[in-house]
Amino acid sequence: MTTSRGGVATDREPTARGSGPVLSVESLRKVYNAGRADEREAIADVSFEVEAGEFVCIVGPSGAGKTTLLRCLSGLLPLTSGTALFEGAAMQRVPEQVGVVFQDYSRSLFPWLSISRNIAVPLKVRKVDRQARERRVREVLTAVGLGDVGKRYPWQLSGGMQQRVAIARALAYQPDLLFMDEPFASVDAQTRFDLEDLILRVRDEYGVTIVLVTHDIDEAVYLADRVIVLSPAPSQVKEIVAVDLAKPRSQAVTRSDERFTALRQHLLELVTAS
Amino acid sequence: MSTTNSPRDAGGTTLPASAPATAPAVTVPDVAPAGSGSAGRPGAPAGNGQRGPAGNGRRRAPAALRALASVWRLWFFAALIVAWWLASASSSSPYFPPLSEILHRLVDLWITGDSKKDLVPSLEHFAIGYAMAGAIGVVGGALLWYFRHVRDAITPLLYFVYVIPSAAILPAIIAVLGIGNGMKIAIIVLASVWPTLLNTVDGMRGVDPLQLDTARVLHMSPLRTVRSVVLPAALPQIMAGLRNSLQISIIMMVVSELVASTSGIGFFILDAQQRFAITDMWTGIIVLAVVGSLLTLVFVAVERLVLGWYIGARAVEGKR
Repeated sequence: MTTSRGGVATDREPTARGSGPVLSVESLRKVYNAGRADEREAIADVSFEVEAGEFVCIVGPSGAGKTTLLRCLSGLLPLTSGTALFEGAAMQRVPEQVGVVFQDYSRSLFPWLSISRNIAVPLKVRKVDRQARERRVREVLTAVGLGDVGKRYPWQLSGGMQQRVAIARALAYQPDLLFMDEPFASVDAQTRFDLEDLILRVRDEYGVTIVLVTHDIDEAVYLADRVIVLSPAPSQVKEIVAVDLAKPRSQAVTRSDERFTALRQHLLELVTAS
Repeated sequence: MSTTNSPRDAGGTTLPASAPATAPAVTVPDVAPAGSGSAGRPGAPAGNGQRGPAGNGRRRAPAALRALASVWRLWFFAALIVAWWLASASSSSPYFPPLSEILHRLVDLWITGDSKKDLVPSLEHFAIGYAMAGAIGVVGGALLWYFRHVRDAITPLLYFVYVIPSAAILPAIIAVLGIGNGMKIAIIVLASVWPTLLNTVDGMRGVDPLQLDTARVLHMSPLRTVRSVVLPAALPQIMAGLRNSLQISIIMMVVSELVASTSGIGFFILDAQQRFAITDMWTGIIVLAVVGSLLTLVFVAVERLVLGWYIGARAVEGKR
């Protein structure tokens, strides 16, 4: 088994393009309601690094603080202690070049805006002029495999299509790093496979680094270059597993690979072992 | 039958080539405010000509039929009026004159006559008072939402004031402001501001935290977050408050004219009753009902316009 503990995996494919990790997490700790009677330690001690262009999945048993970790990393929650550096700088708020896709697309898309206007929101915030906005919206809609739906509203689309819109919105401002919190957990199995392939394709096209939280081990193995396994709360990094499956991956071929089965088995043992 | 929520061309979903074959066909609800076929509205299918697999080809009923359908919904109302007409036809009671007589008098007084002038000051007071109540309610509610500590301190007081029957503060206002127009506008504002204010605070507090997270993730400034996320998200509840305020405004418009007044529709009704001109009194009440209904209709039209997305989303939710 090609594994390595702690920070940097040694036997990973050389995907880094820039110098230094995109994301580096050192002794991250998160305690809710610190100092109060209902104090709860969600994350005990988590350290890892993510190189540019890498696809990292975070798995763990339910209640392992996966979502908390992602919220801390993306700057939505303050850390109790430790550091999370994005491109070498500490995160005060959500950094400009970071995108986040939430699980609940139906709540995270604004129902009062059409699809185009939803996607254009981050561009408007960045004061991109109207023509460039329209061009960009068309581009990302095509990139996520949605055609001419710009004038429609999120609630007029199916779940899978809505999540595509959410991904398109995150891509609109070309982030360096994309955080995804169980992005495919609320769609049916077939749509899920499609979206998995979509995100792999988008990763290649845009060269974006992706950190994806999931509770689905198959999904983690299928998507990731490395899988970070968290222990039950208060979480620690149990192991970082390098996924040495051939690329590009395909649902039919990759999932029937012996290596896939072995990795899956190993991760399953890690996650279910208490 | 109401055709308002019928699925409009359920096959109109455009599926991209790469979309999964199992993706559910989306029914596109009709959320057009006025039900007319204007282009580019929410319900219009985005057309590249492709048809989804589950099309049942059902089209909306033609406009004439839909108009007929909405008229048909008034059948009970119409039946009551006919019953009133028939039952009162041979009435000799001074309190319940025949409806035909009331309507004749109504035309004489309000359409050909001068009584319609009594509506002008009433509607003026209403318009100013309601607009002020709405503005104060929304802006004040937003400020109370934003300044949490002020809200925590003030909220008990607000609810305490809210339960005072509006008519009960009328004497106090007359004592302070006298019996002029200022008093009438003040009483409308004071009585009708609360539903809008409280609904605005509540609606803004109830904004989905994930939507606020989304605003942060998209780097919206605080001001943009309020304008582009909090306000639209709270709008359904704000509109409910504004509607409640509308009813109270109309009530207080009349009530303010029942006390120490020499003009306005409220004065007209009271004066007619005191002159024992019962038929005139009834015409005033009917005119008031018509005016109130028209104002409500205008409100509903505006609501459909600004909450088209909400009505549409709710209709979709109901079908799932």
